[in-house]
Amino acid sequence: MDTKLLNDLKRLLGAEMVLHRPEELMLYEYDGSVELARPNYVVFPQNREQVVGIVELANRYQVPMVGRGAGTGLSGGALARKGGIVVSFTRMNRIVEVDTENQFAVVQPGVVNAELSAVTVPLGLFYAPDPSSQRACTIGGNVAENSGGPHTLAYGVTSNHVLSLEVVLPNAEVARLGSRALDPVGYDLPGLFVGSEGTLALVTQITVRLLRLPEATKTLLAIFDTLDDTTETVAELTARGITPAACEMLDGWTLRAVEAYVHAGFPLDSAAVLLIDVDGVKEEVEEHVKEVEDVCQKHKAREVRVAKDARERDLLWKGRKNAFGAVGRFSPTYFVQDGVIPRTKLPQTIRRIEEISKKYGYQIGNIFHAGDGNLHPLILFDARDEKQLREVIAASDEIIQFCVEMGGAITGEHGVGMEKDRLMPLLFNEADLDVMRRVRDAFNPAGILNPEKILPTKKGCGEIFSRPMPTAGATPA
Amino acid sequence: MSTASKTASMRLPDIVGAAHVIQDPAQLAFYEVDGVRPGAAVRPGSREEIAEVVKFAAAENLAVIPSGARTKLGMGLPPRKFDIALDMTRMDRVLAYDPADLTLSVEAGHSLQKVMGVLGDHQQFLPLLVPYFSKTTIGGTIASGVDSPLRQFYGTARDYVLGMEYVTGEGVLAKTGGKVVKNVTGYDLHKLMIGALGTLGVIVSVNFKTFPAPVASRGFVATFETAERVFEVRKQVAKSVLTPITMEILSPRVAELFASDAAARIGSGTFAPNVISAKHWAFTSGYAGNDKVLARYERELRAMAEQTGAEQVTVLDDNTRPAAFSRKREFVAIALSPATSPATTIMKLSAQPARLKELMDEVGRAAEANSLPWAAMVRGVGVIYIALLPAERSEEARGRVGNATNRIIAAGAKANANVSIPWAPTEWKSALEVWGNQRADFPLMQKVKKVFDPQGILAPGRFVGGL
Repeated sequence: MDTKLLNDLKRLLGAEMVLHRPEELMLYEYDGSVELARPNYVVFPQNREQVVGIVELANRYQVPMVGRGAGTGLSGGALARKGGIVVSFTRMNRIVEVDTENQFAVVQPGVVNAELSAVTVPLGLFYAPDPSSQRACTIGGNVAENSGGPHTLAYGVTSNHVLSLEVVLPNAEVARLGSRALDPVGYDLPGLFVGSEGTLALVTQITVRLLRLPEATKTLLAIFDTLDDTTETVAELTARGITPAACEMLDGWTLRAVEAYVHAGFPLDSAAVLLIDVDGVKEEVEEHVKEVEDVCQKHKAREVRVAKDARERDLLWKGRKNAFGAVGRFSPTYFVQDGVIPRTKLPQTIRRIEEISKKYGYQIGNIFHAGDGNLHPLILFDARDEKQLREVIAASDEIIQFCVEMGGAITGEHGVGMEKDRLMPLLFNEADLDVMRRVRDAFNPAGILNPEKILPTKKGCGEIFSRPMPTAGATPA
Repeated sequence: MSTASKTASMRLPDIVGAAHVIQDPAQLAFYEVDGVRPGAAVRPGSREEIAEVVKFAAAENLAVIPSGARTKLGMGLPPRKFDIALDMTRMDRVLAYDPADLTLSVEAGHSLQKVMGVLGDHQQFLPLLVPYFSKTTIGGTIASGVDSPLRQFYGTARDYVLGMEYVTGEGVLAKTGGKVVKNVTGYDLHKLMIGALGTLGVIVSVNFKTFPAPVASRGFVATFETAERVFEVRKQVAKSVLTPITMEILSPRVAELFASDAAARIGSGTFAPNVISAKHWAFTSGYAGNDKVLARYERELRAMAEQTGAEQVTVLDDNTRPAAFSRKREFVAIALSPATSPATTIMKLSAQPARLKELMDEVGRAAEANSLPWAAMVRGVGVIYIALLPAERSEEARGRVGNATNRIIAAGAKANANVSIPWAPTEWKSALEVWGNQRADFPLMQKVKKVFDPQGILAPGRFVGGL
């Protein structure tokens, strides 16, 4: 620790806005993934000027920095891989403006995702990206990761909803990208910066699009006796051009875990369920509900329940959104993958995951954004056991390898971060990665901002994966 | 022949084959961009050949402009330099189409209309009903960034382009994104290529999310005496639970354009001239769904229009809609037809919906103050296209158009709108602010350009700020 830097940070932000003691820093060494990296300082700016000041200090002292929202990320994006300063945006959590007629909101990066919709729903508007962690995660974090969520099937991911950004670049310059009006003239810089995983800039203000609430929403729970029937239902819904607002799949094991925790009324003896939202004007919804029911019946659904009211619907969704948490009751740690496959390949992919589960001897729970082919297999293990960790990573790599063979991608919404950078060569060759590297270097030349993320360091991908053990207790799941 | 073109003439046939190199000056006239003629044109047949041509150009410091059907090369500024025209029309294969996954990968030189045909066989489509629809290529559509009436519901290309293969200004073949509908692996570099006029890379192929075609659709047209009323209807629809797939406001005089011979050549079908009138503003909207949904939209749109004082309401079915809506799709092409005006100048203003009306008023005043006939199409999401239609192409007319566009740019700035002049007569461009006011984030765009095209050989000078 550099006492001069510490004093400068305290002078800039006030002593209570700077953490530096080991027991304080421990709380910022992890996120929602199994990765760990401890910063040397955690700071809490309250406005853009302070962010600029922090970036200036980082440059002066040549210390790396990384932005952080709620720390719910699932790829180590907000971890200080090379130590240095964690810039926590939790004190910049103001909703600056809501414009109902033009349907946008201006927010600070620390605004919690669900809070924005909570404020705008009474005005008839909502913010569409809805990651499962939405009651904790921040919009700044969502912007960094280009987060999705169940309802992105119909509404798109974060980048489809960001109009403009105010950012502080790694050289401490402030820039405003995009505009509140559509089609800003020039290159689509918000399109580049959203999803850049905090490697190009720290975001200090975000203008997002708000959507009008649909007139009607129906939630269906389709219950199946085999996994094949479930996945084939999804493939056929897609092929028939039925686009529900959300189409989630939970396998039997996960369902039982969730039911024990949430009591949402999920059937305990089924192989899997699909949780499907259909929305729009009511005439449209009536028809789509019927179509979805037909496809489910054709694929031998044991039962298709339509939630009677908002309470029942909320309960079913509470079950889905708390699934990761529920799994935490059964295992000290889980490793969650985020692979994507073409929807036509769902049946064989699920079968392959089952084989991998048997081969390695680890329970794998499956919670998928099935409608857009985004898989979240959860591999249960104990991170305190180094051998288990190695085996789980190997199992997970096999799943990802299979997704890529199916024509898919290694991450659908969680980001590459420090967890999957070594897997990037599965999808991109050196030329592809070199352009990305040069784009990063154009904005972040010295790598002072969020170093060693996304792009593999040139150590070679045969390197054995290893990471430090948690400082105390188990890695929180 | 310049030294540059001599070198090119020696090396290019080795790369693409002599049959695919054009050096005859008369033939090269076809490849002019804003009056600048290239030294050679090549028609590469593979991604490797494209990369080789660009690599060669970079080594020799020759400027390259990729093109497809050449329908939108009039957008932007004249090139600072133009040595090699990269004719992409041999790159016309569908690389992958998985109808059951609703994903498509297609080469840049493929005709958009033909792609739509392939998708149509599976009751799918791309929401790209863009000007010059029957001629344009996938690459030209994406590189020009032109928008489609369907953006009202489906968004723009950035919302459904999943990935791309491209060649950088150094001749490096690279890819970005992927082929699946959800993907955050690596930087979204393909978003930068959309609307960049080929200044960052040569688009080789594009991966798309495709969409299921609606079971049925209708068009709704209501005419109004005043701009107040027509913009009021837009506002009411935006506030309602209806989600139409298109929504445009047409100014008076658009009726004349749509009924013209030029429109008959460019659009399809016979336009029923009484649907809109040259004296009135028109509110138009397309909507889709089952019979009940269609009935509901008609009922509610009609109610909103009538309560706002509509002069006339027409519902267009499958017989009457194509003629009217294909003209709406082709607004730009019809306005640019020499038969419409010898010196059509089209401005694009993007503004927040609440400011559209005041901005439209000011735009109309600016045109009229300069004695310029005009016609406008306004997308409900917040985009105004105004065509200034001088009767002659003279210095004097250029002066009036310059005054009008400057005044409109100033009005746009006051309303926080994004303003540009995508189309204008070539010889007027140096006197017009083609890309509007310079944006504060321009230095960052320069950085981006430097990464993809360090020597500045890709369509140099055509884009914003001379990029």
